[in-house]
Amino acid sequence: MLNSLLALAQQPRIAPTEGDFWFPPQASSFASKIDSDYYFIYWVSAFFVLVIAGVLVLFTLKYHSKKNPKAERTSTHNTPLELAWSILPGIVLLYMFVLGFEGYTDLRTPPSNAVNVDVTAQKWAWTFTYPNGVVHDELHVEKDQPIQLTLSSVDVLHSFWVAAFRTKMDAVPGRYTKLWFTPTMTGEFWAQCTEYCGTNHSNMRAKVVVHEPGGLAKWLAVEGDPHGGGRTPAQAGEKIYKIQGCAACHTLDGSKLTGPSFKGLFGRQEQMLDGSTITADENYIRESILNPQAKIVSGYGPVSAMPTFQGRVKDNDIAALIAFLRTVK
Amino acid sequence: MSSTTETAHAPSGHAHDAHHWHEDPEAHLAHHFDTPQQQFDSGKLGIWLFLVTEILFFSGLFCAYTIYRSYHPEVFVYASKFLDTNMGFINTLVLIFSSLTAAWAVRNAQLNQKKALVINIVLTVACACAFMCIKYVEYSHKAHWGLLPGDAYTFNAPGVESPVTQDHPDPTVGMSRPDNIHIFFGIYFFMTGLHGFHVLAGIIVWLWLLKRAMKGEFNAKYFGPIDYAALYWHIVDLIWIYLFPLLYLIH
Amino acid sequence: MSSTTATHAPPQAGVNYLNARRGLLSWVFTLDHKRIGIMYLVGVMGAFLLGGVFALKLRTELLTVGKTIMDADTYNQAFTLHGAVMVFLFIIPGIPAALGNFCLPLMLGAKDVAFPRLNLMSFHLWMFGAIFFVIVLLTGGLDTGWTFYTPYSTTTTTSVIWAVMGAFILGFSSIFTGLNFIVTIHKMRPPGMTFFKMPLFLWGLYATALIQILATPVLGITLLLLAIERAFKLGIFDATLGGDPVLFQHFFWFYSHPAVYIMILPAFAVISELIAVHSRKEIFGYKFIGLSSVAIAVIGFVVWGHHMFVSGQSQMASIVFSFLTFFVAIPSAIKVFNWLATLYKGSIRINTPMLYALGFIWLFTIGGVTGLFLSTMSTDVHLHDTYFVVAHFHYVMVAGTLWGFLGGLHHWWPKITGKMYHDGVGMFASITAFIGFNLTFFPQFIMGTRGMPRRYYDYLEEFQFLHVLSTVGAYVLAVGLFMVLFLLIHSLMKGKKAPDNPWGAASLEWQTATPPITENFHETPKAGNPYAVYDFEYDPQTGDYKRVAFSDATH
Ligand code: HEA
Ligand code: HEA
Ligand code: HEC
Ligand code: CUA
Ligand SMILES: [Cu+2]
Repeated sequence: MLNSLLALAQQPRIAPTEGDFWFPPQASSFASKIDSDYYFIYWVSAFFVLVIAGVLVLFTLKYHSKKNPKAERTSTHNTPLELAWSILPGIVLLYMFVLGFEGYTDLRTPPSNAVNVDVTAQKWAWTFTYPNGVVHDELHVEKDQPIQLTLSSVDVLHSFWVAAFRTKMDAVPGRYTKLWFTPTMTGEFWAQCTEYCGTNHSNMRAKVVVHEPGGLAKWLAVEGDPHGGGRTPAQAGEKIYKIQGCAACHTLDGSKLTGPSFKGLFGRQEQMLDGSTITADENYIRESILNPQAKIVSGYGPVSAMPTFQGRVKDNDIAALIAFLRTVK
Repeated sequence: MSSTTETAHAPSGHAHDAHHWHEDPEAHLAHHFDTPQQQFDSGKLGIWLFLVTEILFFSGLFCAYTIYRSYHPEVFVYASKFLDTNMGFINTLVLIFSSLTAAWAVRNAQLNQKKALVINIVLTVACACAFMCIKYVEYSHKAHWGLLPGDAYTFNAPGVESPVTQDHPDPTVGMSRPDNIHIFFGIYFFMTGLHGFHVLAGIIVWLWLLKRAMKGEFNAKYFGPIDYAALYWHIVDLIWIYLFPLLYLIH
Repeated sequence: MSSTTATHAPPQAGVNYLNARRGLLSWVFTLDHKRIGIMYLVGVMGAFLLGGVFALKLRTELLTVGKTIMDADTYNQAFTLHGAVMVFLFIIPGIPAALGNFCLPLMLGAKDVAFPRLNLMSFHLWMFGAIFFVIVLLTGGLDTGWTFYTPYSTTTTTSVIWAVMGAFILGFSSIFTGLNFIVTIHKMRPPGMTFFKMPLFLWGLYATALIQILATPVLGITLLLLAIERAFKLGIFDATLGGDPVLFQHFFWFYSHPAVYIMILPAFAVISELIAVHSRKEIFGYKFIGLSSVAIAVIGFVVWGHHMFVSGQSQMASIVFSFLTFFVAIPSAIKVFNWLATLYKGSIRINTPMLYALGFIWLFTIGGVTGLFLSTMSTDVHLHDTYFVVAHFHYVMVAGTLWGFLGGLHHWWPKITGKMYHDGVGMFASITAFIGFNLTFFPQFIMGTRGMPRRYYDYLEEFQFLHVLSTVGAYVLAVGLFMVLFLLIHSLMKGKKAPDNPWGAASLEWQTATPPITENFHETPKAGNPYAVYDFEYDPQTGDYKRVAFSDATH
C-alpha cells in the first residue's frame, strides 16, 4: 500500500498540480525565496487594502449624511501626520526593493558548476542542444544539478518560463541571453513561451523533465540521438521532425499550418510563387531546409516564414528527414 | 461658437470683436483674452512649449545616433566620409544667416518697419530654399551612389570596386570597409530628412507671414506671430548646427 | 474685463452653449471648448464601446480550452486592437480631453482655453487618428500587441504602418491638448487664484499635461522610426541588419510608462473633487495632493525599465529602475491617505459619483499594491507577462481611470447637459459594474501567479475554472456599463432640469448657469477657496445650493 502510494508520488506529472493556493510547486532552488518575497508584499498589501476598506466602510456608515447632516470643519492639513504616512510606507517599500534585489542577483548569477544547455527559440518551438551535441525538443535535467540555459532566437522575441522554477528570460534575436536554475524536485514541468510571438504563441511549450541524479546519461543515450537506439532512417527522420520543430508548421495529416503539409509531399509537383513547377525530390527538400527563401511555394510568399536550418541540421539528419518524408503518404 | 469663430485669432485685420472697441484695433486681440499682453504671453509660452516638444522629438534620434555610434564607431567614421563636408558647411552658413534675418524681422515688426520686415522675411525664405536646393544636390549624389536605405541600398560609390571586403582597402577613404554601413546612412537620411521637413514647414509659415506682413498687419503692438516663427526658425537652425558636426565631421 | 460686459446684450433666458447655434457644422468647426469637450466625450465613449466589444470577444474565446469562437490569429488581433483602442483612443484622451476640456476654462473663470483653434485641431487629429484605426480594421487588422515590439512588428504581414501612423497622429492630438492646458493654466487664471488656490482637478491636469508634452514626442519619433524601419529596412531595430530589437523597448516604454500616469493623474484629479464635494468637507492636505501629482509626473519619467527586467537589459539598469519605481508609490499613497482623511467627520452623501469615487479609492489601491509585486525584481521575473500583470493594469486602468471617468461624468453631467439622471439606477449600475469587475480580474491574479501567461489563445486545462469566472465577470461588468449608457441616454431625453449647483460645490464651474452660456460667465467670477463647500446652503425649493458666504482660500 505504502509502496504503491510512493510509486504514485514518483509518477512523472505535469506541473502544476500542487503547490498552494497561489503558487505552482516549488521545484527549483529559488522558489522558496521568491515565494516568501511574494508573501511579504502580499501581507503588507493585504494590511493596507483591508485597513483602507475598513476606514471607507466605517466612515461612510458613521458620517453618512443622514446621520451626520452637517460636516464638521476639521483641520485641513497636518504636516507631521502627512510626513508620517509618506515616510513610513517609504521604509516598507525600500525593504521590498532590497528583497527583490537579493533575489534578482541570485537569479542572474549562475554557479560555476552549472551545466550549459543551448536553447534555440523559433516560431513556435524550442530546441535544446546538450553539451554532448544531442539535439532535442525536450529539456532533460537532473535534480540538484545547476543548469545554465543560453538562449537565442532565430526569428522574433520569445521568452522561456518554467513557472515551477520561478524563472524566465527573453530569447532575443541577435544576442545571447542566459538563465539558470537548480531543480529540486523530480517530475515533468512545462516551459512556456511568455513573449508574444505570433499565431501559435500559446502552444509554444516544451516539456521539462527532471531526472533523479544519474538518470540523465541513460536518457541521453537512448533518446538523445535520433539516429541511435536502433532506429531506421525513417524513424530517425520522424524524431528529427519533432525535435527540430518542423511540426510547428508542417502537419502530416494534410491540414495547413504556417507551412504546407508534408502529407504526400515527396514526389509531388509543387507550384512555386514565380509560376514554375517543381518536383519535390531529394534536392528540392534539401534546399527547402537549408535555404527556404530560394524557392517559395505559391501561396506562402512573398517571404517564406520558414527559418533556415543551415548549421542546425546535419547531413545525416537531412537524409533521415527525406527518408521520413517518403513514408508520409 | 457664434461670435467666437470669426474673432478668435482673426488673421485678417477687420474682424475685431465689437465689444473690444475701446482696445487698440491694431492689437488684434482675440475675444477670450483680456489684454494684448496676456495674448502675447500665452502665445510665447505656447511656442516655447512647442519647441520643447520639437527638441524631444529630435532627441529620440540623437539617442539612436549615440547608441549606434557606440555600437559601431568604425561604421560612423567610415561612412561619414561619403558626406560632402563643403556642401554641409555652406548649408550651415546659409541657415545661420537666415536665423539672423529672422531675428531682424522681429525687430522690424517691433519698430513698425514694414518694408524692412518684408525684405527680411523674403531673405529668410530665400535662404531656406537655398538650403533645400543644396540638400537636394547632396541627396541625389547619395542616390546615385546607391546609399539610399532599404532595397535601394546598393553601394556603388566611386572608386569602390564591389564587392569590397573587410581586408580590401577602399581607395576613397583609405580604410577597410566595415559591415553595416547602411545603418549610418539610414540615420543620416532620417535625421536630415526630418530636419528638411521642418525647413519646408518653416518656408510655408514664412510665406504666410509674408502675405500678412505685406498687408501691414504687424506693428509694435502686434508682432507675436513673427516672434514665434522666428523662435521656431532658430530651433530649426540649432538642430542643424548639431547635425552638421555629428554627421559630417566625424574623425 | 468686467467693464466690457456692459456692452454685451443682456443675457437671453434659455440661451446656452448647446442651443446657441444649430447644425452639424456648428459643432464640427466650433471653437467652444465645451462643445469640443462634448465631441471628445462622444468619441471616446464610442472608442470604449469598440474596445469593450473586443474585450468581450477575448473573454468569450477564453471560456474554454482550445477553440471556442475564433482561431488563434483572430484572437491575437482581438487583444491587440482591444489594447490599442483602449489605450490610444479611449483612456489617454478620456478624462483630459473630454471632461478636462469642458471644465478647465470654467474652473478658471475664463472664456475659453488659450488656443481655441489648436484645441479644435486636437480634436480633428483625434478623429483622423481614429480613422486610421478603422482603416487598420478594414485592411487586415493588427496582431503585434499594443506594444508593437520589434522584430515581430517589422515582420508581420498585418497593417502595422497604418496603426503606427494612427498612434502617431493621436500623439500629436495629445501633445496639443497638453500644451493648451499648460498655457491656459499659467496665463488665464482669474484674479485671486494663485497656483495654490486652484481646484485640484487643475493640478492633476497640469501634471498630466507636463507628461503629455515631455513624453509624447518620444513616442512620436519611436513610431516614426518603426514605420520607416518597416518600410525601408534601416536596420535600427533589426538584428539581422546590425540593429538592436531591445532598443525599441526602451524607446517605447520611455513614453508608455509615463503614459500610464497620463491615464491615472486625471482620474486622481477627478476623485479629489468628488470626495471633497460629496463629503461636504474641505479637502485634506491640499498641497500634498497637488504636489504629489507633479512628483508622480516627474518620477514617472525615470522608471520605464521596470517593464524590461527579463528583456536582456543590463542587471545594473534593472536594479536602478526597480529602485526608482518604488518612489512613485509614495505620492500615490499620499493621495489615498489624504482622501480618507477628507472623509473624516464629513457629511458623506452616497450617490452615483460618490460610489465611483469610493470604489476608486479601494480598487485603485489593489491595483497599486499589485504594482509593487511587479516592481520587486525577484517576483517580477516570475510574474512578468502573465495574467498577474493583466490583472494589475486592469485594476489601475479600469477600476482606476474608468471609475474616475465615470465618477466625473456623473458629477459634471448636470452641468454639461443641464439634465439630472436617476440616481438610484446610477448607483445600481455602479454596484453591478463593481461586482463584475472584481469577478473578472481578481481570478487573473491567481492564474497569473500559478502559471498562466498573457496573450494566450489557448491554455492548460487547470486554468479553466478561473477563466470561466473571469468570463462571467466580464459579462456582468458589461451589463453594468450598458446600464450606465442607457441611464445617461434616458437622462438626455427625459431627465429633470438640473439646477445651477446641484451638489453645492464651491469651484467656479458651478457658479455659472446650467448649462453654461457660450462665453461661460457673464462676468469674470471672483475666485475664492474652491473647497469652501460650507459657503453654500441647500435650498429645498429649487433643489439648488445658494451661496451664503464667501471664503478665501486658506492653504
Ligand atoms: C493607469 C495605469 C497604471 C498605473 C497607475 C500603474 C501604477 C503602477 N505600476 Fe503598472 N502597469 C500598467 C498601468 C499602470 N500601472 C500597465 C498598462 C502595465 C502593462 C503594460 C503591458 O505590458 O502591456 C503595467 C505594468 C507594470 C509593471 C511591469 C510588469 C511586467 O510586465 O513585468 C510594473 C513593474 O514594476 C508596474 C508597476 C507599477 C507601480 C509600482 C505602480 C505605482 O504607481 C502604484 C502606486 C500605488 C500604490 C502602491 C497604491 C496606493 C498606496 C497605498 C495605499 C499605500 C500603502 C502601500 C504600501 C506601502 C504597500 N506596472
Ligand atoms: C483602458 C484600458 C482598458 C480597459 C478599459 C479594458 C477593459 C477590459 N479588458 Fe483589457 N486590456 C487593456 C486595456 C484595457 N482593457 C490592454 C492595454 C491590454 C493588453 C493588450 C495587449 O496585450 O497588447 C488588455 C488586455 C486584456 C486581456 C488579456 C488578453 C491576453 O493577454 O490574451 C483581457 C482578458 O481578459 C482583457 C479583458 C478586458 C475586459 C473584460 C474589459 C472590460 O472592462 C471591458 C468592459 C467594457 C465593455 C463591455 C463596453 C461597454 C461600453 C459601453 C456600453 C459604452 C458606453 C460608455 C459608457 C458607459 C461611458 N483585456
Ligand atoms: C516557422 C515555420 C516553419 C518551420 C519551423 C519549418 N518550416 Fe518548412 N516551410 C514553412 C513554410 C511557410 C513553407 C512554405 C514556403 C516555402 O516554400 O519556403 C515551408 C516549406 C517547406 C518545404 C517545401 C514544402 C513544399 O510543399 O514544397 C519543406 C520540404 C520544408 N518546409 C521542410 C521543413 C523541415 C524539414 C523543417 C524542420 C527541420 C521545417 N520545414 C520547419 C514554414 C516552416
Ligand atoms: Cu514564442 Cu511566444
Ligand atoms: Cu510602467
